[in-house]
Amino acid sequence: MGVDLDQLSFAIDDTRILRDVSASLPTGSVTGLLGPNGAGKSTLLRLIAGIDKADTGTVSLDGALVGSLSRREAARRIALLEQNAAPSVELTVLDVVLLGRIPHRTKLMGSFGGIDDRAVAFSALEAVGAATLADRYWQTLSGGQQQRVQIARAMAQQPSLLLLDEPTNHLDVSAQLALLGQVRELTVTAIMALHDLNLAAAYCDQLLLLDGGRLVATGTPDEVLTPEIIGEVYGVDCFILQHPRGGHPVIVYSAATSKGNS
Amino acid sequence: MTRSRYLGWFLTATITLILGCGVAVTTGPAAVSLAQVMGSIGAHLGFATESVPILIDSIVWQLRLPRVLTAALVGAGLALSGAVMQSVTRNPLADPYLLGLSSGASVGAVCVVILGIGFFLPAAAFAGALLALVATLSIARVGGTITPVRAVLAGLAIAQLAGALTSFIIFWAAKGDSYREILNWLLGSVAGATWQSVAIAATAVAVVGTGILLSATRLDAFAFGDTSAASLGINVNRTRWALLGSVALLTGAMVAVSGSIGFVGLILPHLVRGVSGPGHRRLLPLVAVCGALFLVIADTLARTVFDPRELPVGIITAFIGVPVFILLIKRKKSHLWA
Repeated sequence: MGVDLDQLSFAIDDTRILRDVSASLPTGSVTGLLGPNGAGKSTLLRLIAGIDKADTGTVSLDGALVGSLSRREAARRIALLEQNAAPSVELTVLDVVLLGRIPHRTKLMGSFGGIDDRAVAFSALEAVGAATLADRYWQTLSGGQQQRVQIARAMAQQPSLLLLDEPTNHLDVSAQLALLGQVRELTVTAIMALHDLNLAAAYCDQLLLLDGGRLVATGTPDEVLTPEIIGEVYGVDCFILQHPRGGHPVIVYSAATSKGNS
Repeated sequence: MTRSRYLGWFLTATITLILGCGVAVTTGPAAVSLAQVMGSIGAHLGFATESVPILIDSIVWQLRLPRVLTAALVGAGLALSGAVMQSVTRNPLADPYLLGLSSGASVGAVCVVILGIGFFLPAAAFAGALLALVATLSIARVGGTITPVRAVLAGLAIAQLAGALTSFIIFWAAKGDSYREILNWLLGSVAGATWQSVAIAATAVAVVGTGILLSATRLDAFAFGDTSAASLGINVNRTRWALLGSVALLTGAMVAVSGSIGFVGLILPHLVRGVSGPGHRRLLPLVAVCGALFLVIADTLARTVFDPRELPVGIITAFIGVPVFILLIKRKKSHLWA
């Protein structure tokens, strides 16, 4: 699903969180959302998901305005994975993935035709390689497994747009790579907020770089991840190399000195 | 758990509840047989049955039956309220008693009883419960979030204040047996239950309970918190306040007929979840039946253990509920609600 952001602005009380963010993301692409802490990444994801309403500007999915969809209609098209979510009750992995079927259920009691829902849930678990975990309790999973199950939950929503807020947080290196590899294999348009610029360079088709609520750079990893732009936004000194196998940029930071770099 | 196993549990619990009510009506100082109970009920429902001595008939129909039915309905209502509160506030310690709703409802109820406008009893109890709920949640809310511990502490404060207000109002209007009356409101009792109590409790459980059951799927969506619920298509604020408002209504009606009975709403959902799983389509019906059974048993104990003296039923539920509460706090998985 193609996503168009047009002049999005958002403020809480008098604090501007986002200012005039515009971008156009093609169907099926994986977009990395970068920026320092507090740049507005999570807020932008919530606006795109339609959970918060922009003060001005619009989000459209293949031409349909997200703001004009009901919450349920939006939830059938867009799945959002927030950071560090944990359930308040004991749930099995299958219970968690079945939550993703809620927007497709009938409104009141929810349908009792559970067979289809279970089939969708199992195929979502298979898509992230977690089918064997179905009966385990969520609390007993490793961080990487929990994130994979969360992605399965999002996939059970059968969205055409998947939003992920720092999905690699707290994961070890192999779990990070496995997770992002799986996101790439899914056949959805994906937008993910990431902190690790190297992961973004390796797994994203294009990047949006936010700083202080403004979009300061957009383009391919090669275009966005330059020493000049990184230096300006993050205040660090770095070199850009080329990955010997993937060909994507690799960022090598210089150690910060006591005098600072910016 | 498979659907047939769940249905097995549900039917077993329901049959046990019906039998339990029957046995509870036969239990007491005056010996009444199950056949006499059936006969009395049959006669009042207009069936031609063997005649029952008038004294037995009035014990069954005027005293014990309304009391047992009230206990069952109040148990169901409180257990449902607890289950809903725990889910929408994502707080395993939430229940109408701990968060101060019951005590708030008592203040409202006592006010209209003292003023002699008992007709408004349920409405006043509802208003009290709602006020207490809003007060608790606004005290507990710091920087936009409400942690379970802050909610319980705020609830404690509100419950203490409301309890003091209830006692004060009764003393101020003192006429005769204030102590007993205060105890009944603060500890909860169904000793004075009449058919009017049954009607109030039944209406509230039927109407609000149906609304809550129809929201089962929406309650499931809160498992991972507000953002996750929103991304699953739930109107988070509207749903939460509608459900909490329903709980206040239900609690208000329960308190209007029985005072504030603690721990039913807290412990029953935890115990039943172990059998039904966390999904609300299964949890809610079973928790209502089990809550009803629990309070029928507790009330029967309350009026028989120290016969001829009677305890307020809240004492029994506290004796059972507090150890379970401590177990919940001590449980290893407490990281869930740190």
